[in-house]
Amino acid sequence: MSAMNRRAALFAGASLAATVFAMPRRALAQAAAPTGPFTLPPLPYAFNANEPHIDALTMEIHHGRHHAAFIGNLNNMVKDHGQVAAMPLEQILARLGEMPEAIRTGLRNSGGGHANHTMFWQVMGGKGGAPAGDLAAAVTRDLGGLDKLKADFNGAGARVFGSGWVFVTTDRAGKLALVSKPNQDSPLMDGQHVLFGNDVWEHAYYLKYQNRRPAYLEAWWNVVDWAKVAERYAAAKAGSLRI
Amino acid sequence: MAFSLPALPYSTNALAGQSMCQETLELHHGKHHNAYVTALNGLIEAKGLAGKSLEQICAEAGKAGADGAPVLNQAGQHYNHILFWQVMSPSGGGDKLPARLAAKIDSDLGGLAAFKEAFKAAGVTQFGSGWAWLIIGTDGKLKVTKTANGANPISTGEGQPILGADVWEHAYYLDFRNVRPNYLDNFLNKLVDWSVVDSLLGSGGLKSGQAA
Repeated sequence: MSAMNRRAALFAGASLAATVFAMPRRALAQAAAPTGPFTLPPLPYAFNANEPHIDALTMEIHHGRHHAAFIGNLNNMVKDHGQVAAMPLEQILARLGEMPEAIRTGLRNSGGGHANHTMFWQVMGGKGGAPAGDLAAAVTRDLGGLDKLKADFNGAGARVFGSGWVFVTTDRAGKLALVSKPNQDSPLMDGQHVLFGNDVWEHAYYLKYQNRRPAYLEAWWNVVDWAKVAERYAAAKAGSLRI
Repeated sequence: MAFSLPALPYSTNALAGQSMCQETLELHHGKHHNAYVTALNGLIEAKGLAGKSLEQICAEAGKAGADGAPVLNQAGQHYNHILFWQVMSPSGGGDKLPARLAAKIDSDLGGLAAFKEAFKAAGVTQFGSGWAWLIIGTDGKLKVTKTANGANPISTGEGQPILGADVWEHAYYLDFRNVRPNYLDNFLNKLVDWSVVDSLLGSGGLKSGQAA
């Protein structure tokens, strides 16, 4: 089968799976995960809401498999650590050095993965465009404006070698900064708040963009929900933004 | 001299019956590996690599730690993929190992089943991108290990690789999506050419033959 035909077949199977089997498969994935304090937040829009920039199959696997796996791992590892299980995720990540050594790396990887993806779903599902109000002013003041932010953000994302994320962080005063992280590390581990971020693990884009990460980074801006980002910005400044 | 992309030792559709599809091989060899070669050649002058072998560059970049990362990322990935293409073949798979390799795996790793289990675990637990390895350790014994991103057992000083499985998601995402354990099972049971691994055991690990 040619590459084109193979991809067509893959995608035909994909849309069938997404439309017909999405609910039972998702329910199965969640039922199979060990129960515990951590739960998979439902995707706040349909799997196909970010089409054509992010395909439905990618969203379904990314949310229902990759993100769900972090949650299953987390619940597993805190089973015998009641104090950790009772802590909010952002506290666990901010105080990783105090966590039991046996599960510290696991908390960093799976806890970071849970936090990063929880944020990620929130800031997508939009139509792109531009930020407004005091967020727009902060982007201009701290990051040189939206065009420069996009160029710098895309460059930082392209330079992440291997798996990781690129983020815009904010502090309590509302000052923005651009930062990239390897694997599932989070700025929450450095005491920063995440305003928004993009996943540059290959699983985030491989089915649609294959090796072309820069094209994915470019396209991703079309699904950013700037109203959600503005809500997160206001919450960060009010001290109520958790993840 | 510059680094070059070696031709695949089989056609891009040769492994499709063993769950590594043509598109995966076209992208992985023609795009991913090729990009590492291009990037590495672009570093030769700026990083003073001229005249050095690929193995020497990996070892020195590994010793340099974070400062060596820009070179190791590309050099390691060039070396790692050269090995990866060689250890798979359309006639790979099965549990019939050449006697020398089988005996060495028995004595050093507790047998083929135990080796496969350890190798798969190494690949599954390599968080993020990286590689799982079977190496000849510095003590001469076989050892299973793993490395992150573009690193390899030469850059870490652990030994000489004779088998490597790429666990970057690009290696398996089209064929296995998120299910890395199934990719590793398939690699070990359907793709590995044990006669090549045995040859590499005999020669003390892969010599890439490439230099800057």
